[in-house]
Parts: sequence; C-alpha cells; structure tokens
Amino acid sequence: MNFSLKYLRFGENSILIEWPEAIQKKILMDIIQFKCSIEKNHNVESLKSSYNSLLIEFKDLKNFNKKIENLRKLYFDKKSAEIPNFYRWTIPVCYEEEFGIDLKRLEKKLELKKDQIISIHNSSNYIVYNIGFVPGFLYLGGLNKKIHFPRKESPLQNVLKGSVGIGGSQTGIYPQNSPGGWNIIGNSPINLFDPNNKPPCIIKSGDQVCFERISLEEHSKIKIDIELNKFKLKKIKYD
Amino acid sequence: MIDVISSGLFSTIQDLGRYNYECFGVPRSGNMDKFSGLLCNRILKNKDNCGVMEITMTGPKLKFRINTYICISGADMSPKINENHIKMDSVHKIKKGEILSFGKLNFGYRSYLAVKGGFLTKKILDSRSMFYPVTNEQKIKKGDEIYINSFNEDENFIQNFSYNYNNHFEQKIIYAYKGPEYCKLSQEQIKLLTSMEFTISNSNNRMAYQLNELLKNNIKPIITSLVLTGTVQLTPSGKLIILMRDNQTCGGYPRILQLNEESVNRLSQKHSGKKIKFQIIDY
Repeated sequence: MNFSLKYLRFGENSILIEWPEAIQKKILMDIIQFKCSIEKNHNVESLKSSYNSLLIEFKDLKNFNKKIENLRKLYFDKKSAEIPNFYRWTIPVCYEEEFGIDLKRLEKKLELKKDQIISIHNSSNYIVYNIGFVPGFLYLGGLNKKIHFPRKESPLQNVLKGSVGIGGSQTGIYPQNSPGGWNIIGNSPINLFDPNNKPPCIIKSGDQVCFERISLEEHSKIKIDIELNKFKLKKIKYD
Repeated sequence: MIDVISSGLFSTIQDLGRYNYECFGVPRSGNMDKFSGLLCNRILKNKDNCGVMEITMTGPKLKFRINTYICISGADMSPKINENHIKMDSVHKIKKGEILSFGKLNFGYRSYLAVKGGFLTKKILDSRSMFYPVTNEQKIKKGDEIYINSFNEDENFIQNFSYNYNNHFEQKIIYAYKGPEYCKLSQEQIKLLTSMEFTISNSNNRMAYQLNELLKNNIKPIITSLVLTGTVQLTPSGKLIILMRDNQTCGGYPRILQLNEESVNRLSQKHSGKKIKFQIIDY
C-alpha cells in the first residue's frame, strides 16, 4: 500500500518525508521499506526514522527538485529493496518491591492488584517504533489502556539503569542511569545499549518486545551471566 | 602524553562527530564551533577529523611530557606557555615539561586546542567525541593523562595561514530557515520571532541552548519526530530551545526554525546573557 507523502526541505542538506499523522504498524513498516530502498539506491550522509517521518541528510542538496522527483519514483518502486528480518525479543523483568518502587501507588490509583498489573504488562507484544531520547531508549507502542498512567509531576533525578516504567500511554526501559518522570514498576538486568558493540543496540525499529516476569534471584543470575558474556536474549522471528 | 593538572570548567575531546548511529539514539556530537575546530587543525596541517580539545569559558592547565606543536583557535582565553603569552591561530612549539595554561576570557566562549597529529583518545563508534554514555567520561578531569604523539623534527607550517572569522564572535544575527512547523505559527508570533531580541539563558550546554524570552504559544506538540543540530523548538510554555551538537535525535516539540551551519558555530561562541536576533533566510 502507498501513502500520500509530504516532502519538505529541512535545513541546508536534509529532506524530511512525512506520512499521515498516526501511530500505526503499517505506516512504520512502509517507512522501513522506503528507508531500505533509499539506502540501496542513494548515497546519503545519514538516514533516520520516527513514527511517521523519515529524515534524509545528503552531502549536498544543490538539486533539491530533482532529488524529490527521484525519491517519489523510488517510493513507488520501494518493494524492490530487501528489508531485514524482524524479531520478537523476550525481555526479563523483575517486578519485586525493591525495583518496582511505584507499583504500590499504581495498585491504589488503578484499582488493580500488583499481579494483575504485571500480567497485563506481560501479555502484550510491543512494537519498537523508534530509538532515541537517550542512546538505546526504545519507543514502544501497544500498552494496554487499563494500565495507562500519567507521568510524575516532578521527575526523579536518578532513575536506575534497566528501570521499566509507565509514562502516560507508553512503557519503556531506561538504558542508563538518568533523570526520568515515568512510574517505575520493575527492572530488567539486560543491556539495551553497548557502545563497544557494532551495532550498539541489538533491537531495531520494527522489532517487537514482550516482557517476562523473573524473580530477584533470576535477576542477579542474569546480571552475572551478562558480565561473563554467557547470556543471550531470547528472540523469535516474526513476520 | 599530556598531564591534566586542572581541567577548566568543561573541557572535552571532540572531532567531527559520530555518524551512522543516530538510528540508535546516539547524537552526532563533534566540535560545537566547527569553524574554529577545523581552523586550528588546518593551521597545524592536521587532518580535519583529528581530535581537538574543546575548552569552555575557563581553560585547563596542561603539562606536556613530549615535544610537539600546538595551535589554539576560537575563543581567546589568554593562553600562555609557562609565563609567555602566545598568539591565537598560530603554530607554537611546546617542549617537554612546559605548561600550557589559560587566563582571562577576552572574547567568545569555546576555545579549540589542536596538537600535531591530534589527541589520540580511544575511538568509540568511530569517533573520539566525548559524550556519556557512549564514552565512559563526559569531560576531561584533573589527573587524566591524554596520549599524543611527539614531534621533534622542524616542520614548515604555512606562514600567515589565511582565514577570516567574519564577525564570528560579535554578530548578533542568527540565520535560520523555516522549520517544518513554521507554517503553524500565527502572524503575531512570526512578527515577534523575527523582531525581538532574545537572551541566551543559564541553561545552555552542548545539548541545547534555551532562550529567556517566551513566545506565547498554543501550537500542539507533534508525534515524536526527527530533529537536527540547529533545530529551534517551541515548547507548550512558549520556551524556545535551540538544539546543539549533542542533541537528542528526535523530539515532540514543534520545529519552527532551522539554523544554518554557520549560525550554529556562531551561537556556540555565545554564553548566557548574550543577545541574539533571528533572521529568516530562504532556501
């Protein structure tokens, strides 16, 4: 399927392409398809995507109109480029009290039991729409409405690395210690971002993640296994 | 090797930055003032991507443990070797045991120190630019030892290297293209945006410069979209935020203007309290 796209000049050397304003899997997949096609056919400086846009930076943009014309043609022929395999990753999360510091408050306000919140959080597959905000932070779509919860009014100065939080209609994992305003319900021992690896993130836009409840003991064990390079994140291919 | 005796306010190693990792949320980083960063490397006949030291407001004290050549460009912080003041934008020989230090800030905000062959810190994701958590450290600190090569043989540098700062440090005007959400601004907002003088706030760093004056705003936030270095965002409270080299790769505030490269460099040389004025340019 083809969408009606807007092509805008953005700064000296970039073109911004916009899809309709919506958060939808089929838009994301169309963006990824087009992105792969551009990578294959154009020599570009950088290429990045978000929920409903793609930003292409060229070495120079002297021939703006010609470039747009070529991109339009390429869009209708985008299926010719191969797209990568997509995976669903299982992310272990410990929801015990010492990590899930805001669970009690959520129980009260949402009128749900802790186990219910966790089981709702565990029962969805979340699509990775984008990576940004800080290195390795996954923008996930698909949080069940029953556990939407507003952000804190004043953010915490230091949220622990691996913290799993809920902020409004979103859920996510803090890849490093950082300030943050989401409600923390658990912690994952995994590394989402490792600058010594290429690529530095194993999860990419278009992949899915799901969360799996683990105990405190399993959390410590996985931490040790990661240190020893013995841990592998579970993944399955999906279409 | 160089010993860092004291670090100055905020000194980092930078090069031209980190490309190809933005899709993982890694900022591009690199010299805030690319013009001055390139200039000192070129005067020393270094490659453009050689690591330089970016020095903010107050300078470090550095002891050289080998002989080499140095050049300092950008902000003038009264540099001296031992007790002798040295000229900006020119090549100086520095000998083993000598100390490079800085004094009063005369103009600008960021100084660039190049050494022959560049600072040889470890490259992470293809760049030496310091940015936590990509690099382990956010800035240079007292007691650090930084690896550089020694140069003993005399080299012929170009005398009177030709360059022109073109009002780089004084000019108030910041040139900007219309951003993707510029069209959502009201006539009144556009008038204020292009006629008012704005003051750089205390919140200014390598990630972003915020401005003091507010621009009354009722444009709604957008679905998290893509931004560039030099993007001017307008928050719901009317705050203007100009993204700089360590900018996040995406954001949800309307992007009303986009600075050109020259203006990002120029803004990098201004500190809190300095005034700027936007002038819109066409593509």
